[in-house]
Amino acid sequence: MLRIEGLTKTYRTGDAALRGVDLTVGKGQVVGLIGPSGAGKSTLIRCVNRLVEPTAGKIYVGDTEITGLGRRELRRVRRRIGMIFQEYALVERLTVMENVLSGRLGYVGFWASWLRRFPEADIAKAFAVLDRVGLMDQVDKRADALSGGQRQRVGIARALMQDPDLLLVDEPTASLDPKTSRQVMRLLLEVCAERGFATIVNIHDVGLAQLFLPRIVGLRAGAIVYDGPAAGLTAEVLTRIYGEEDWTRTAARDDDEDDTAAALAIEAERRIVAGAA
Amino acid sequence: MSAGAATPAYPRRWSRPPLIPDARLRWAIVLGAILYLIVGTGTVDVNWARVSEGLVRGGRFLAGFLAPDFTSRWSDISTGMIESLTMTVTATVAGIALSVPFGLGAARNIAPAWLYVVCRAVIAFARTFQEIIIAIFFVAMFGFGPFAGFLTLSLSTIGFLGKLLADDIEEADPAQLEAVRATGASWWQVVAYAVSPQVMPRLVGLSLYRFDINFRESAVVGIVGAGGIGATLNTALDRYEYDSAAAILLLIIGIVMVCEYSSGFIRRRVQ
Repeated sequence: MLRIEGLTKTYRTGDAALRGVDLTVGKGQVVGLIGPSGAGKSTLIRCVNRLVEPTAGKIYVGDTEITGLGRRELRRVRRRIGMIFQEYALVERLTVMENVLSGRLGYVGFWASWLRRFPEADIAKAFAVLDRVGLMDQVDKRADALSGGQRQRVGIARALMQDPDLLLVDEPTASLDPKTSRQVMRLLLEVCAERGFATIVNIHDVGLAQLFLPRIVGLRAGAIVYDGPAAGLTAEVLTRIYGEEDWTRTAARDDDEDDTAAALAIEAERRIVAGAA
Repeated sequence: MSAGAATPAYPRRWSRPPLIPDARLRWAIVLGAILYLIVGTGTVDVNWARVSEGLVRGGRFLAGFLAPDFTSRWSDISTGMIESLTMTVTATVAGIALSVPFGLGAARNIAPAWLYVVCRAVIAFARTFQEIIIAIFFVAMFGFGPFAGFLTLSLSTIGFLGKLLADDIEEADPAQLEAVRATGASWWQVVAYAVSPQVMPRLVGLSLYRFDINFRESAVVGIVGAGGIGATLNTALDRYEYDSAAAILLLIIGIVMVCEYSSGFIRRRVQ
């Protein structure tokens, strides 16, 4: 579904954010992208819908090569790429419904969208999507009146409205508490499975990544240094991605008595997920 | 037992370090300033005869204020007032209508570089001259009357609103713009869905504020011949009709206060 070949991005300041990244994500596949801050995770997913212009390399979404597209074709491709953001990036002063309907902007004309006259099918779809993410009773609230978890659900609903083939998710849980993070990740994984999106999830939290994401790609200084199953994230691999640190608490399955309760909980849940898979 | 026994003797007084550390320099500057004030006052040539004459005139003006005369020049006053209000409303509407496109074009985060340069140049030009100077130009070009005033106020509204709107757009949250852009929205849709919700409350507030300013300026530009209540006021003063002038000033104060209160009320509602 998504094929990236030799993707390179050098910013005008001279910083090389990406150095020849190759990555393929198939239909229905969910990839967790981990790596230290500044490794190029955000740049990588923003190159896919060209919010950031790549310097070199090719990106195929389906059969379309997108790096050479003109503005009109680019907008057509962006309709097929849903995006979910770190700080939700909802338009704060608009209602939940308007935020969700904005996922259809690529499909309706300017005047229809400006006058909020969306096709009936779109409105029905918006209600269905809001029902799916559990926000049926918040439809007319302003986005800035919602809690963090609710906002991220609106963000997910907005992406679903696009009927995308590809989903780009940028740090979906970075501003959420641990419990809400898990709920949001679970919802995200469920909808990806239901609709067969090819998905890339940027994520800081290695524990959460191991828990929910079957395939992990590790990025360091703009290059891929690991691409494999979540179970393969050993202390040695984490050192390769992030650098030297004591990784035994998160990576190795040690039963040290001084292990924190949280680490144990993550550990236990991972085993259950691994067992179910 | 007391813990104070072990504490060393800390100083009990502290004062803020002076701006100029050297005490001699500090006093020299103070003395220099006083000396300059004395010498400076000495060089002002005051014509006391003229001052006393002015005081008498000022007294008559104050007396006029205490007995404002709305009736004897009422037809002039009402014509001027209607002209001023017409000028204010039309110039504010035209100014807002024109400042929105210029404001959008002058916001670096949504406009291409060439458009940015053009729109910023227009706004900078509109802001360069004080209203009275622009009014003198327009009176020279289009003759006496409220049309020159209308053009003056429209131009300065573009300068004022265009700049503040553009600055506000540039401070808008980029994540919201990015998110709407990522859905495949067109430029105008990004403006309608991500920019306008963020800047609209401020735009409404600034427009109401500008309405206030335009009314006050309409009285000023009248003095240089651009019509409106300012022209009436000028005539009244020229004829030494201080009671009529006082009536005009009271009306201006009243209308400005009405504008002030109603705009405050509306601004609270749109937040």
